Amino acid sequence: MSIKSIDPRVTRESLPEQPDTNPMKEFNHWQTYEVFHQEKSGSHHIHVGSLHSPNSEMALILAKEQYARRYKCVNMWVVKTADVITTKPEDEDIFETAPEKIYREASGYKVMDRINKFKDEQKIKK
Amino acid sequence: MNISKSEIEAVKDLIYRMADDELILGHRNSEWTGLGPILEEDIAFSSMAQDKLGHAQALYQILNKLGDADPDTLAFGRKEKDMKCCHLVEYPIGEYDFSLMRHFLFDEAEALRFEMLSKSSFEDLANVAKKFRGELKYHTMHAEIWIEQLANGNEESKARMQSSLNECFPLALGIFEPSEFEDILISSNIFQGEKVLMESWLLKIEEILEKANLKIPDVSTLTPVYGGRKGYHTEYLKPLLDEMTEVYCIDPEAEW
Repeated sequence: MSIKSIDPRVTRESLPEQPDTNPMKEFNHWQTYEVFHQEKSGSHHIHVGSLHSPNSEMALILAKEQYARRYKCVNMWVVKTADVITTKPEDEDIFETAPEKIYREASGYKVMDRINKFKDEQKIKK
Repeated sequence: MNISKSEIEAVKDLIYRMADDELILGHRNSEWTGLGPILEEDIAFSSMAQDKLGHAQALYQILNKLGDADPDTLAFGRKEKDMKCCHLVEYPIGEYDFSLMRHFLFDEAEALRFEMLSKSSFEDLANVAKKFRGELKYHTMHAEIWIEQLANGNEESKARMQSSLNECFPLALGIFEPSEFEDILISSNIFQGEKVLMESWLLKIEEILEKANLKIPDVSTLTPVYGGRKGYHTEYLKPLLDEMTEVYCIDPEAEW
């Protein structure tokens, strides 16, 4: 049985008399979209935030005023938040780099002394 | 361009119409700020209302260059009977369907008018028209998407779109109220005239309204709502002007 009301708009909605214990699920049809903007042609798209929209077409229209009304932008992407694949928060530790692996980083090589010495010898301006 | 006295008079009349429309509709649309249907749309609609004030300012600046008062005085210092806006822009915001439909009908006309004026022999006007091309393109994209999606939505949204279209249509025809300067504007290549503009506007909105499955009112049976361009306004303009100019009128000489 659905709710009958003197307001035809309510009746038309065919709302159950016993509402779902989790009504948010049903009304959650305005999903969120993640917005990416591109500052200039050729540069990377960068994530700038998210917004609510009923569909992707409207998401692009709304994204323009939310995220490009003040700063330079030449292109925008929107992606349904649900379509973004992410690592699990509890797996944060996979990104930790052990301190003794500094040899893997370019900064681990101390070469500036030798470069400067070479420049001095060759009389190259530093 | 060497411009004659009568051409200056004609171009001024055209710019007052355009600028007053922008100012009044910009003010009206800004009344949605904080009340929009959803946060994202609230921000978008408010931002476009600000754009309209920017258009008005650029147009008042041209008038200033032609010897009239500065933009602030033109915007805030004129009486109701001196305003040349059409009735469409004066109406209260109503419900969101009305405001959206007005936004659609007005901005499509505005975008086409600016496109025509970008080729105007009056250079200052052509430059302003070119400057706002991108903004107007966005405004019409925004309007078209909302009209199409709501008109193809559920029973209530479709009915609301149709009745707001019926309500707005005769008012929107008033945008194109003929001017006594029409012939001068056309012969001097300043502007192709309201009639040409209205015809291309009808073609454009028919295309969108068909996609939206809305019934287009029959123009031949409607009486366009004229009067605004000659200083005869609705009862809604005076209270709007009083509110908009309230602070300015306390001290018109104040420096901001």
